[in-house]
Amino acid sequence: METKNVMIVGVGGQGSLLASKLLGRLLLDEGYDVKVSEVHGMSQRGGSVVTYVRYGERVYSPVIDEGEADYIVSFELLEAARWLPYLKKGGQIVTNIQQIDPMPVITGAMEYPKDLVEKMKQTGVKVDAVDCLALANEAGSSKAVNIVLMGRLSHYFDMPKEAWQKAMEAIVPPKFLEMNKKAFALGENA
Amino acid sequence: MKELMLGNKAFARGLYEAGCCFVSSYPGTPSTEVTEEAAKYDEIYCEWAPNEKVAMEAAFGASLAGVRSYCGMKHVGLNVAADPLYTMSYTGVNGGVIICVADDAGMHSSQNEQDSRHHAIASKVPMLEPSDSAEALEFVKTGYELSEQFDTPVIIKMCTRVSHSQSVVEVSDRVVPAKKGYEKNIPKNVMMPGNAIKRHPFVEERTEKLRQWSENASVNRIEWAKDSARNADGKTVGIITCSTTYQYVKEAFGEAVSVCKIGMVNPLPKDLILDFAKKCDILIVAEELDPIIENHCKALGLNVHGKDILPICGEFSQNLIAKALSPFVYGKESDPVEIVKVEDQIPMRPPVMCAGCPHRGLFYTLSKNKCTVLGDIGCYTLGAVAPLSAMDMTLCMGASISAIHGFNIAGEGEHENKTVAVIGDSTFMHSGMTGLANIAYNQSDSTVIILDNSITGMTGHQQNPTTGYNIKGDPAGKIDLEALCRSMGFHRVRVVDPYDLKATDAAVKEELAAKEPSVIISRRPCALLKYVKHNPPLCVDKEKCVGCKSCMKLGCPAISMKDGKAHIDETLCVGCGICSQLCPTGAFAGCKKEEA
Repeated sequence: METKNVMIVGVGGQGSLLASKLLGRLLLDEGYDVKVSEVHGMSQRGGSVVTYVRYGERVYSPVIDEGEADYIVSFELLEAARWLPYLKKGGQIVTNIQQIDPMPVITGAMEYPKDLVEKMKQTGVKVDAVDCLALANEAGSSKAVNIVLMGRLSHYFDMPKEAWQKAMEAIVPPKFLEMNKKAFALGENA
Repeated sequence: MKELMLGNKAFARGLYEAGCCFVSSYPGTPSTEVTEEAAKYDEIYCEWAPNEKVAMEAAFGASLAGVRSYCGMKHVGLNVAADPLYTMSYTGVNGGVIICVADDAGMHSSQNEQDSRHHAIASKVPMLEPSDSAEALEFVKTGYELSEQFDTPVIIKMCTRVSHSQSVVEVSDRVVPAKKGYEKNIPKNVMMPGNAIKRHPFVEERTEKLRQWSENASVNRIEWAKDSARNADGKTVGIITCSTTYQYVKEAFGEAVSVCKIGMVNPLPKDLILDFAKKCDILIVAEELDPIIENHCKALGLNVHGKDILPICGEFSQNLIAKALSPFVYGKESDPVEIVKVEDQIPMRPPVMCAGCPHRGLFYTLSKNKCTVLGDIGCYTLGAVAPLSAMDMTLCMGASISAIHGFNIAGEGEHENKTVAVIGDSTFMHSGMTGLANIAYNQSDSTVIILDNSITGMTGHQQNPTTGYNIKGDPAGKIDLEALCRSMGFHRVRVVDPYDLKATDAAVKEELAAKEPSVIISRRPCALLKYVKHNPPLCVDKEKCVGCKSCMKLGCPAISMKDGKAHIDETLCVGCGICSQLCPTGAFAGCKKEEA
């Protein structure tokens, strides 16, 4: 099979690490070659962060280039738009609708672009926008946005449901497992 | 068992499996996790040293005692440790020594983009360069064997994309070689001229032997193209490459090109490359940063493409390789990548000081007093970012203190009363103390501010000699910064809480005015530390807020203007209260009471 590409994007500190860990585990369990790439350090301080997940028969490059992503999973709306050029034509975006103002917006130097979901749809890509923060809170913790997003992504992934559950059991600490399973289900059925 | 593993974690696994017993490092992105992961194995003694030079010398000492040792650092850290490295090349080792240096092409988290391969060549120390996690693990084991067989330290060069990518590895058990024990050997280990003169020829012979070893070693390999692979002119293309660039080449061209994959970048093979060249009509060297393999090929008399078609600055990617090399491989340009985007300009999201960052109050004070600020390396380098813009210089670890001394003396009285040096607690321990000794000794009226946030922040919260805890989080020795500065001869040493703007302002003004050297310790733990208790978030009384934007001068990510009034993001605010000290109408303070 051809290598598939998933990008996970967001704002430093939003919890994308657990999402990529879960996805990596799932894909490895399913027998794929997998590479996951992230950047630590300076970019964590509230900056724009991106994680690349690639899987297939044999994966070489650890990074995803412009026009290559099959899926973009975004924790924040502006970040979905920022990384849109990395999406393949006809690719799928799964995004949280939460908006976090970056410094140029906070200082008033720039405006947070309006109607981004509509504008992204107009470019011909598929956009699935979900209020993940509300669903995470419903599941019991605002920190579960990452698992809500993974639940939503599972819709578009041809992977057995049991495999997701198994990967979650392997990755999530036992005391948070029930809450995260609920968050996953809420995302899946949103 | 197959596992998905971060390059740095795989490196640490390699240390474990190869029987490494001693680890001493200084944190530096992207190398840090090798040591952090190694510290999770109880069988390996691990520590954070005050700097890379100390770490490497400690690893040398452990080797002398007969065990396999390790020290790790980022590219610029190897500059600090260059002194022991260049002479350890002469002494060689007893127990094997592995040195990790992690480069940062693309400068994701660094002040320069230097290519560490130069250090390996200049110090005549062998260097291996893995291209993924599995190779990182394997090369550590190979490295220890080489180290002991050829009597040399071995450098393993990582880079951001290998260090911080996860790929599949297979793990095995730990095997500890028999401890060798220490034997006194003055001609080998005491590098005074009479002995070193005899060791230099040994080093040259060793390099030649290593070169011969590398001609047939599995770390270097050739992957031939499909038999039919020819470009439009019927020519075969061969690419010589290394590290993560190998992955981009394979991604872009698969079996359409022959690849000579170099895993040992110093010394480089000759015969292997010459044989490869014979079977390729067109030769291209694809390597990030400097043209080191390219120059080696040219010295062998080969006609190669390299930096004439590939950039010397920044990281590569599969698209970049495909675009630059397609005209040679296929005889035509690569297909343009179709890109979709929204029309709006997307505001940048640069890194910022966190809400509640103790550095903010201090930098606000420096900005307000229009100070010239000689900065250093750490989170606080973000003090240079608008709206604070309170930094004039950042060079390398420790340079703030050394430079203010020269700046003030050369200014002949013009700068002392408005110039400060700022340096974090960990950076001060790393290489600030010697600069401070120079001020104490040669007596410039310099004002040094130590930003003591009780942790090494930027690299992700590592302990250091001032925190009182070791790498495992257990109680350890704790250096008293005030006592240290006083013992150096500073009469003016004071501690201030940067959350208290009034006290901070007074401290800065008074120490700048003092006609003698002084130290201010701006002390407050990093707001991200787990043990730090936060106040409830503030909110703005919209009745009282007059929209003067005084609070906006702080550059706090939790404060923005909404409809002409200040607004606080409650999910970010940690209630540090600095903004309320700036508010002329008490719009923040009143609200806090109501909330409580």
